[in-house]
Amino acid sequence: MEPFITHTGRAVPLRRTNVDTDQIIPAVYLKRVSREGFGEGLFAAWREDPKFVLNQSRYDGATILVAGTDFGIGSSREHAVWALVDYGFRVVIAPRFGDIFRTNATKAGLLPVQLPEATVARMQDAAEADRSFTIDLKAREVRVEGGLIASFEIDDYTRWRLMEGLDDIGLTLRHETAIAAFEQARPAWLPATL
Amino acid sequence: MSSAPRTLAEKIWDAHLVRSEAGEPDLLYIDLHLVHEVTSPQAFDGLRAAGRKVRRPELTIATEDHNVPTTGITGPGVPLTGPGSPVTDPVSRTQVEALRKNADEFGVRLHRMGDAGQGIVHVIGPQMGLTQPGMTIVCGDSHTSTLGAVGALAFGIGTSEVEHVLATQTLPQARPKTMAVEVTGALPAGVTAKDLILAIIAQVGTGGGQGHIIEYRGEAIRSLPVESRLTVCNMSIEAGARAGLIAPDEVTFEYLKGRPHAPRGAEWDQAVEYWKSLATDEGAVFDKTVTVDASKLTPYVTWGTNPGQALPLGESVPDPASITDPDKSASASRALEYMGLTAGTPLRDVAVDTVFVGSCTNGRLSDLKAAAEVLRGRAVAPGVRMLVVPGSMQVREQAEAEGLDKVFTEAGAQWRSAGCSMCLGMNPDTLSPGERSASTSNRNFEGRQGKGGRTHLVSPAVAAATAVTGKLTAPADLTPLAR
Ligand code: SF4
Repeated sequence: MEPFITHTGRAVPLRRTNVDTDQIIPAVYLKRVSREGFGEGLFAAWREDPKFVLNQSRYDGATILVAGTDFGIGSSREHAVWALVDYGFRVVIAPRFGDIFRTNATKAGLLPVQLPEATVARMQDAAEADRSFTIDLKAREVRVEGGLIASFEIDDYTRWRLMEGLDDIGLTLRHETAIAAFEQARPAWLPATL
Repeated sequence: MSSAPRTLAEKIWDAHLVRSEAGEPDLLYIDLHLVHEVTSPQAFDGLRAAGRKVRRPELTIATEDHNVPTTGITGPGVPLTGPGSPVTDPVSRTQVEALRKNADEFGVRLHRMGDAGQGIVHVIGPQMGLTQPGMTIVCGDSHTSTLGAVGALAFGIGTSEVEHVLATQTLPQARPKTMAVEVTGALPAGVTAKDLILAIIAQVGTGGGQGHIIEYRGEAIRSLPVESRLTVCNMSIEAGARAGLIAPDEVTFEYLKGRPHAPRGAEWDQAVEYWKSLATDEGAVFDKTVTVDASKLTPYVTWGTNPGQALPLGESVPDPASITDPDKSASASRALEYMGLTAGTPLRDVAVDTVFVGSCTNGRLSDLKAAAEVLRGRAVAPGVRMLVVPGSMQVREQAEAEGLDKVFTEAGAQWRSAGCSMCLGMNPDTLSPGERSASTSNRNFEGRQGKGGRTHLVSPAVAAATAVTGKLTAPADLTPLAR
């Protein structure tokens, strides 16, 4: 995973709440067996509407999505994150995220930034006014050109993992002894599939 | 562990701690990992690329469900490729092939389409007795919350986490908060577990359970059979909670006893003793508590494009202008536009094209029975298409043994084989643009059942009554049959 320390770019306002992962990427696009190419299916149904925000050429090349509350609810499909990343997004800002989506994002190198509704609304206006955004994970801060600055919360561990670009499995395998010890103590009546 | 009173979820969590360090997520041991074809190929690829194995194949099980068609499969041995394969979409076929190859290579037990054990991932676990109280269970699928019905801590994960569990049989997780949903009173006759969970979500909101594990409690929950509890826990994710669970009790033990993977003999007694110790202690504190009065409920249906947009069937399509929260009002306007509905229309006047009975929410034997009871001696309205899709091949077999298939086909419904079917627009069973359904599944998101499709979530009984009249209808609205 690519380390994430700070990112500067342009933002797109997605003024919708309850954007579920079926909207982010419809099921019919989930059939690939690799992690690449999902950008094609990003917001597939909405992209047929010429007025949809991602279809406006003024937002071409934007890397930050500023969305409404409850972004990424619904299905656990990590493909939603892969689609956003494949399309070019590195950060999603929203007042609240679906739990699984937020976890998936931090595993696949997309930074979820949670901020109060009023702040997000101001950021959507700033995005519309084509202000540049800087997301500083080290300082836990979003700075918007023109002076808007907002601190966000992210736990130390996730922040450290993102800044180092670390693979979770490698980190867990350092605790092999603890895992093996736990396995020794499991009750015999627990079910096995084989 | 400390002797302070703990909730059911906390007890299970504590019993699965491999390690716990301040400033780091807890490392949880996972007792059972369920796998399906959609969210696993990239995880197995990751293992291969890193030269890793599946750490505990005997704690892992896979099934084919999302991509498989529900026609042309009557038993085991259906070819996946070549002439005679029911899977006509080459991309779907590739995904199922990838699962078969991965299961072979990594030594994971797989239920292939048509096998007696095949079915929707959240239906086969309980039916085999693989999902037991006190266990930690994960699957790359958000409706894993279903399995909390037997008193297990079960939650959905993404593909990166699937790879993590395959490689290590553990998962790093921050400890969630706990939320009690107290359901007081008894459900009136004709009101089902599906109506109850739709009412709960309408009350809590789609984000209300976020960051929490829900424990459903109270008289109404205790009196539900396990299959109905599975329906309730299934939709916990629709309230934003990753997991929902119900304390194991005699109803749970009775359900589990004698199932193929349930403990036997002395081990059974040992297990039951442990399971009985899991219930939330007197005095344990939940971070949040919500109370719902079951005795006031009537059949519920959704009118919008998220599961929280639901109302009693007796009401009318709401007017967005009367909703004070500006976000909710905007979302209601958008929903009405997408759904092609006008504010003020009585929900009972909404006509549907398609009725779908099935999915991991309502695809079990008791669900099919409830639908069949309404349809027996009646007919599906002209012009309405009704699909009845058992949640597993075993459910299909049991339903046929009871003659339910005949009830459905004689009424003019289609009787299918097991799979996710029309719950999501991924296999051949889909809605066409503009087509409207009454569906026993769990999501009414835009396009969920096919691009442009319009979904009303309902219980199996309401689905069947709706099929009879062609409009959203409760069984009690139907003219009684002459005896
Ligand atoms: S039936 Fe629907 S919700 Fe359940 S696992 Fe299948 S697609 Fe997901």
